[in-house]
Amino acid sequence: MKSDKLKFLLFAVVVLAIPLFIPKGYLTNVLIFVGINSMLALGLNLLLGYAGQISLGQAAFFGLGAYGSGVLNTQYVINPWLAMALVAVGVAAFAFAIGFPVLRLKGHYLAMATLGVGVIAYISFNETVDLTGGPSGLSGIENLSIGSFVFDSDIKNYYLVWSFALVSILLAMNMVNSRFGRGLRAIHDSEVAARVMGVNARLMKVQVFALSAFISAIAGSLYCHVMTFISPTSFSFPVSIELLTMVVIGGLGSVFGSVLGALLLTLLPEMLRAFQDMDIIVYGLLLISMTIYLPGGLVRGIPALFRKIVPARGSHA
Amino acid sequence: MLKLTGIGKRFGGLTALQGISFEIVPGSITGIIGPNGAGKTTLFNIATGIYPPSEGAVLLDGKDISNWPPEKRAYLGLVRTFQNIELFGKMTVLENVMVGLHTQSKSGIFACALRMPWQMSEERRIREEARKWLEFVGIPELENVEAGTLSFGKGRLLEIARAMALKPKLLLMDEPAAGLNSSETADLADLIKRIRDLRVTVGLVEHDMDLVMDICDSLVVLNLGTMLATGTPREIQDNPAVVTAYLGEAE
Repeated sequence: MKSDKLKFLLFAVVVLAIPLFIPKGYLTNVLIFVGINSMLALGLNLLLGYAGQISLGQAAFFGLGAYGSGVLNTQYVINPWLAMALVAVGVAAFAFAIGFPVLRLKGHYLAMATLGVGVIAYISFNETVDLTGGPSGLSGIENLSIGSFVFDSDIKNYYLVWSFALVSILLAMNMVNSRFGRGLRAIHDSEVAARVMGVNARLMKVQVFALSAFISAIAGSLYCHVMTFISPTSFSFPVSIELLTMVVIGGLGSVFGSVLGALLLTLLPEMLRAFQDMDIIVYGLLLISMTIYLPGGLVRGIPALFRKIVPARGSHA
Repeated sequence: MLKLTGIGKRFGGLTALQGISFEIVPGSITGIIGPNGAGKTTLFNIATGIYPPSEGAVLLDGKDISNWPPEKRAYLGLVRTFQNIELFGKMTVLENVMVGLHTQSKSGIFACALRMPWQMSEERRIREEARKWLEFVGIPELENVEAGTLSFGKGRLLEIARAMALKPKLLLMDEPAAGLNSSETADLADLIKRIRDLRVTVGLVEHDMDLVMDICDSLVVLNLGTMLATGTPREIQDNPAVVTAYLGEAE
């Protein structure tokens, strides 16, 4: 547990220091999205990597958070921070309610049901034109502010988003190494044994589903205030799949794996721009080879690879 | 302690159990034996709530728990081990036992995420308690090992430690000696006696007759889903119906 705390502190220092060492502008902007995607991937990883329950509808909660905050900000007079909290609680309550019937399903059926949730949300964002602006999007969302301090530049938004991401990471780390987290992991490894030990599997699955929706909704609220414009395509089915890819590539059942996956899958498309139209092929090949050669995800694969290349000195002694 | 009255179980058209009635007396070690396919594991699954009986009732200390889910039964002190060892393979040995202390702790999702002070002290308490049970079964040195990498014999001991951590009133063990060599089986017999000495009532499905005859106070014999006989080990050994069920009819 001590080493976890150290890891987190180190990570937080790196995150907070990065803007000092990189050119302002484009790269900072990309790193804002790494922060948002880290939160989304973390939310999914708690559900999939720890509790072993798949969701192909995470973009729905992300979108509900974004549209919730966006609509409240553009059409009602309400403090955006308060709106963010209300929306997140509302989205979590929604997930909690649908979680009871949905999470009774297992495997492929659960995947299908959550996919359905995602599709319904996407259609709703498109069709409720009066509220969301439909396919042409919702514009005129304000930046967040504290008093007269407005989060209106990349660097300010970087610190805004990463503060939330760091807090999420810290709380998630606490949770997975505790009674609740052990319960989740027990359900993942053997649901029947977990239940025999008194773990209320059904309730805990729904709780972690609601928690992942909560984190995704916060990420959505941040996204809408950073972008000031949102449209349904940002919350469509491919986004849910991309989040799934981040979690699998980064490392299932690892908090930092979520961040690593988010970092890679956010940066990769940017770096592959050089390949122009071929980028999607290179992207696909990279993903395939990573799942074959690093099945535990980057977070476990990189240290293993490192050990293979540089055999530990003294290990033969 | 545990009382079964007229238990029957059908899977579709197949009758797995019929008319099973017996009681496991507090403080005893009760063996449930019978040839393969007799319905022993099905009976355990009904007793622990993996699935409900088609007919009859399961009573624990006089309370009808026939339709209770396993997690609720755990809070009454009813726990089991599994024939094929159901460990939490990706968790450490110590964490496995800590899950066994789930019913004796109460931190929820918020207390855990926020590391409330009382959650931290609860965490320390159950960690120490879990270590105690690893000592009890004799594998304290393995606490940081991933449970999935344990040998079969050590895995079985861990499963018992995890079940004991729950402070059960009644521990049901499904073929604990399966897959163990003879010295491991001898250690197991000793361990089960130590468990009984802690005033835990034990129910035991087992094929190893030497073990059963050595440690059990009373036996229930099942055959083809029905009760064949009950009695002390000596009575059962001399029961002609039991001998026939195991060895076949003399020609």
